[in-house]
Amino acid sequence: MNRRELISYSLAGAGLSIAGVPMAALAQQTKGTINVMVQPEPSGLMLGIVQNGPTQLVSGYIYEGLLRYDEKLEPHGLLATAWTRSDDGLTYTFKLKSGVKWHDGKPFSADDVVFSVDKFLRKTHARLRASLEPLESVRAIDANTVEFKLKYPFGPFISLFDTGSMPMIPKHIYENTDFATNPANAKPIGTGPFKYKEWVRGSYIQLVANELYHTKGEPMVENLYFHIIPDAASRAAAFESGKVDVVPGGAVEFFDVARLAKLPGAAVTTKGWEFYSPHSWLVLNNRKAPFDNPKFRQAVMYAMDREAMVKVAWQGFAKTAAGPFNQHVKFASDDVTKYPRDLNKAKALLKEAGYKGETVKLLPLPYGESWQRLAEMIRQNLIQAGIKVETTGTDVAGWNQRTAEWDFDMAIIYVYQYPDPALGVARTYTSHTIAKGSPFNNIEGYVNPKVDALFDAGAKALTDADRAKAYAEVQKILTEEVPVAWLHEINFPTLYRTKIKNPISSGVGLNDSLSRASIG
Amino acid sequence: MNRLRYMSVRVLQGLLVLMCIATVNFMLIRAAPGDPVAVIAGEAGASDPQFVAQLREQFGLDKPVTTQLANYLGHITQLDLGFSYRQQRPVLELIAERLPATLLLTGSAFVMSLIFGVALGATASRHVGKWVDSAITFVALVFYATPLYWLAMMAVLVFSVQLSWLPGFGYFTVGSDATGFARAWDIAQHLVLPSLTLALFYMAVYARMTRASMLEVAQMDFVKTARAKGVRMGRIQRQHILRNALLPIVTLAGIQAGGLIGGAVLTETVFAWPGIGRLMFDALLQRDYNLLLGCFLVAAAVAVLFNLITDFVYTLVDPRIELG
Repeated sequence: MNRRELISYSLAGAGLSIAGVPMAALAQQTKGTINVMVQPEPSGLMLGIVQNGPTQLVSGYIYEGLLRYDEKLEPHGLLATAWTRSDDGLTYTFKLKSGVKWHDGKPFSADDVVFSVDKFLRKTHARLRASLEPLESVRAIDANTVEFKLKYPFGPFISLFDTGSMPMIPKHIYENTDFATNPANAKPIGTGPFKYKEWVRGSYIQLVANELYHTKGEPMVENLYFHIIPDAASRAAAFESGKVDVVPGGAVEFFDVARLAKLPGAAVTTKGWEFYSPHSWLVLNNRKAPFDNPKFRQAVMYAMDREAMVKVAWQGFAKTAAGPFNQHVKFASDDVTKYPRDLNKAKALLKEAGYKGETVKLLPLPYGESWQRLAEMIRQNLIQAGIKVETTGTDVAGWNQRTAEWDFDMAIIYVYQYPDPALGVARTYTSHTIAKGSPFNNIEGYVNPKVDALFDAGAKALTDADRAKAYAEVQKILTEEVPVAWLHEINFPTLYRTKIKNPISSGVGLNDSLSRASIG
Repeated sequence: MNRLRYMSVRVLQGLLVLMCIATVNFMLIRAAPGDPVAVIAGEAGASDPQFVAQLREQFGLDKPVTTQLANYLGHITQLDLGFSYRQQRPVLELIAERLPATLLLTGSAFVMSLIFGVALGATASRHVGKWVDSAITFVALVFYATPLYWLAMMAVLVFSVQLSWLPGFGYFTVGSDATGFARAWDIAQHLVLPSLTLALFYMAVYARMTRASMLEVAQMDFVKTARAKGVRMGRIQRQHILRNALLPIVTLAGIQAGGLIGGAVLTETVFAWPGIGRLMFDALLQRDYNLLLGCFLVAAAVAVLFNLITDFVYTLVDPRIELG
């Protein structure tokens, strides 16, 4: 566009607003396209049925929960405008936003909320099902009011309403159908700022702005394209060549991030993962020797140079984990046993534990080069302390099966901890979650009735002070007994082009923030 | 034996081979650790025994393996390749959707490698011992020995990232609504880098083989006779030497063609080409049994088909070869 055209266009624009076009319509105007990387290709986009990472990234724009959470994990209204908790902590009442419409134009109401929680998600959403254990009933009081009644006070309840954990599902489409095979799963319908347009398998998914969206001025972008590029080096090249504007954490190798962030017009941020609080550790199989001895497990902690791993494997995008709680998780305590690297202590503990030099096997997490490097460093560190370590390789499917079936000595793992310890932390240490064949629970087989009781008390206590007390004590016990060897809090980097304004604006980061982003 | 009878016997044999392949594949995949349920539960980052049991039942994985195999073989005889666990769609539909992209890629690489490979080999043999020969032999050796993966990555970095001459990813420009000629031109541009990288290896093989084969035939008595009779050199090259030297190349081309479907996994991965090679690879990683078996079966069927065609082409190139 040359200068004269620019002037004439802006004159035309001025003329239009003088001619009386409503300002709201102008403010609503969306423009431009943001190209995002998604890795791997999602298996489906129906967020109520599929909950894996790539699905959350794309479908977080199509579906919505009642609340959203900022970087400090404070709740804000999304489909709800106000919420109250009764003094006994047993009744939560939500006022819903009025005038919200599904993508097919039908109105959203309290009946949809009741259907989503009670009928749909209880059946399909394993993680939410566990968190809904304390829920006694949910009912619609009127079209815009929903009431949740609990069996006992449950502190983390208010942290359950994000889109990924509790997406609202359209009742008029799913009621009395087989949820798994409903044809609408292929063309998801939500209340979100973007609508499903097209999915060319193996290439891209396109979402377009929802012109009926309930929040004025959002979204500010016309199209979102999610590109599917299977190779990590090619993904780096795609960002470099400008084909893709936003690269979520983990989609390119960590050692590529610094280089790509230095490209002209590119930037990197580690914000937007607070809600998930990724935490990694070495699962130690407590059932078998030598890991059944806490002294041996402490020796493993002392043997590892976790600072060096931060530099080499994570290129600085991580922090040494203090213990079982990620620092973003509520009630994380600093008053715990710490394990700075100390080879002499490690060797002394090995002697005390009566370790005779038997070989232990390490199962790395097959998520790419960075995780591979991490495994190599762990092996090297343990060998330096005198532990014989052999690495066994497998692909993701094999890793899932072997960890779920407890078929390992040591395995690298990372999990999301979510804002509250009762949601993402307790499941990995309490004994009632031990279940063979099911991954991401207490696969290390750690049993301690005191820990069980403290986690239970922490979840059910009415006041935050009582909760904090229980969790402080549990962190002390766990860091003393070392059921698993904690590694790092991972600060996943998001690469983006600076022409995108406000790319991250909530605790779930890219999974909903582009609704509020614009191209400047 | 007449041609029709020969062909029908071969087709029946081919079908039998396919059933055997399907059975062996079924057993092999089950021998790998992990199953689709473990993968799906793992990807969700959480699960409970109820969720796992629900999925196993939904996929029919709670039945004995022999029952599953019998069901599977029963279905494929009716051309029903089953349902993809992970993508929640019929396998045949998924394969049909991806097949055109792969055929376009491997087909154009096939034609390119055959034409340029034979031409380069023939040129080299005509100038044997001269610099042209040395140059062609050297280049062929380099492409023969360079890993495809590295070559592909370099092609992207140089021509797409640095020079911005050609698109480095995908099948067409995402977001463009071009139709007709504009769309064909768009796809053609996207096709250049992947098909070229894929073609280079086979081009090198054909060039080396044509050269060796032509030099061997050139030593034979009938060529000397032709030369003594005063036949022009160009004619001898084309009619006498090349035609007789073609047989090993037809064999090799048959093998390459048989692998047209599955042979492009690496190229498709690097260039994000939405073809069947990648579909197969993803299905393997996700233990999507039905989809993986479906891809294998289609690839095997193509290999069997091209074996038949190769045998047939032999008789055209050299009429002395009989069907039987």
